Amino acid sequence: MTVAHWEHFAHEADMGVRGYGATEAQAFEQAALALTAAITEPERVELREQVQIACEAPDDELLFVDWLNAIIFEMSTRKMLFARFEVRIENGQLTATIWGEKTDVAKHSPAVEAKGATYTALRVARENGQWIAQTVVDV
Amino acid sequence: MDTALFKRRSDYEWEIEPHGPMRVPAIIYADEALIRAMDHKVYEQAVNVATLPGIVKASYAMPDAHWGYGFPIGGVAAFDPDEGGVVSAGGVGFDISCGVRCLHTGLVKDDILPVQKALADILYHQIPAGLGSTGAIRLNTAEMDAMLTGGAKWAVERGWGGEADLDRIEERGQMKHAKPGHVSEHAKKRQRDEMGTLGSGNHYLEVQHVTEIYDARIAQGYGLKPGDVVISIHCGSRGLGHQIGTEYLKKMVIAAGQYGIRLPDRELACAPINSDVGQEYLGAMRAAINCALANRQILTHLVRQVFTDLVPKSRLPLLYDVSHNTCKVEKHVVDGKERELYIHRKGATRAFGPNHPDVPAVLRPYGQPVLIGGSMGTGSYVLAGLNEGEAADAPTLMEGRASAASRATVSARGPRLGPIGETRAFSSACHGAGRAMSRHQAHRTWKGREVIDELASRGILIRSPSSRGVAEEAPGAYKDVSAVVDAAEHAGLARKVARMEPLVCVKG
Repeated sequence: MTVAHWEHFAHEADMGVRGYGATEAQAFEQAALALTAAITEPERVELREQVQIACEAPDDELLFVDWLNAIIFEMSTRKMLFARFEVRIENGQLTATIWGEKTDVAKHSPAVEAKGATYTALRVARENGQWIAQTVVDV
Repeated sequence: MDTALFKRRSDYEWEIEPHGPMRVPAIIYADEALIRAMDHKVYEQAVNVATLPGIVKASYAMPDAHWGYGFPIGGVAAFDPDEGGVVSAGGVGFDISCGVRCLHTGLVKDDILPVQKALADILYHQIPAGLGSTGAIRLNTAEMDAMLTGGAKWAVERGWGGEADLDRIEERGQMKHAKPGHVSEHAKKRQRDEMGTLGSGNHYLEVQHVTEIYDARIAQGYGLKPGDVVISIHCGSRGLGHQIGTEYLKKMVIAAGQYGIRLPDRELACAPINSDVGQEYLGAMRAAINCALANRQILTHLVRQVFTDLVPKSRLPLLYDVSHNTCKVEKHVVDGKERELYIHRKGATRAFGPNHPDVPAVLRPYGQPVLIGGSMGTGSYVLAGLNEGEAADAPTLMEGRASAASRATVSARGPRLGPIGETRAFSSACHGAGRAMSRHQAHRTWKGREVIDELASRGILIRSPSSRGVAEEAPGAYKDVSAVVDAAEHAGLARKVARMEPLVCVKG
């Protein structure tokens, strides 16, 4: 039985985000939480507003990078942080609903700003009965 | 890394001989201790860059090189369009034209000490820093395009600074051939309210004082003397550059396949210079360079306002402004022949020697100022670019025993050689200390509060929205910047001119 979870992995200059899940979509959701956790503690982010995201790419790995970059774009332009992610993936198309709130420096004390998801250490795969999705984020 | 992996060309030059798909050698400039401490990924990435089509001479890594994405951070590579050369979005990075600007203040340390705390608080209050911060300027569509075409020149025309500032910025403040039409609406949207913001992570604004002068003649030419207070601003093209990097990286991953370019790492995403994608990226990337130059110009204006209010006698002209994540077209002599090449510098600073026509006339006798940012608790450096003839003499000069007379001799030799000689690493030097530890590990090792208190006890005031951000940027997470600049000098990449230490640091 897979327990969905996320973790960071070390990159000398930046930050690796990795999500595990029973499905690819769940691994993507967990990796998104890892992205938020690179910036602030996800528990500090209240779920006040929701945003819809859609992206598509020729393969799972490019789709994963697009997914993280779509979140980064929403964080950047809406000045928001997100802490709940619901992802659906069908035929290389991803749709998602994400929940969060406006960035509040006093409340979230954000450590870094995510500039973009890279293709470094990028991997989306199913192994030992669970999905893993990971890459390095430039911060 | 194991030094046995390299052919040792000198104490400061380590060569990886071409093997496998490498088209040229890879060369790392560093001393033995820095090489040993470097992550093996630097080796892999320098080798990967050497496999790209049209690369000229060698794939280089500076003494502060560390594991990047695609290119090592601290990587330099030149490509020739006539030999199928490529332009790489990964070779420039996400933070296009990230760089360092240094301002004089006309003040000395004793002028600052009585107002140091107030200065720290007001700067922190006035300079938008950190995630989610916005600037006071909103750009409509026409103004956005004018900014992306005009750079710092645009900012000066709008009243943020004076004409004299432009003389002290690379490209005279305006990167030519920018194409705002190749910048997506998404990228422009990300920049809408980010003009005049510092950003986050390793970006900072510091009030520093000059603690040491290494080359009196050049320091005088640059207007620096011991005790002088200067301002250093480290930031880049903000959300616009990040979005351009993101989008073109994906376009180039796909384009590389179409052009039959085998990528050892997707992050090396590139396209032929002579291709639609290549040309579009160059136009967009140059627009991002202008965004960074305009951003640092607006920040300069904000800093000047703070200083004028707090210390009326202060005057803040520019020393210089350099960018360290770029791809620029430059003329370089290779094997006796002048060629026009596309020089990628990712976490590396251009370092033109004396008499180079692209160095402002007033600085030309001394070589281009090379501004090196340290970590917040250590020093920053001003170096000067060298010509190759000087570089050859550098190792003897750098033993620390060279007399003022011998320095003068070496300096005098530069002008006779002129700018047409061969250059080392295409006139490039290091850009900073370079990380030695991941953010993850730094965050587990230090507490932000302790770092702030420890630095305060040494007279360095830190202001930041995030204590964790401070921990991740702790001085101990970086390589020793002194070792890096010493290696750069020994390797003949640039000459040490002055060292500065921080009094106030505003971290994003």
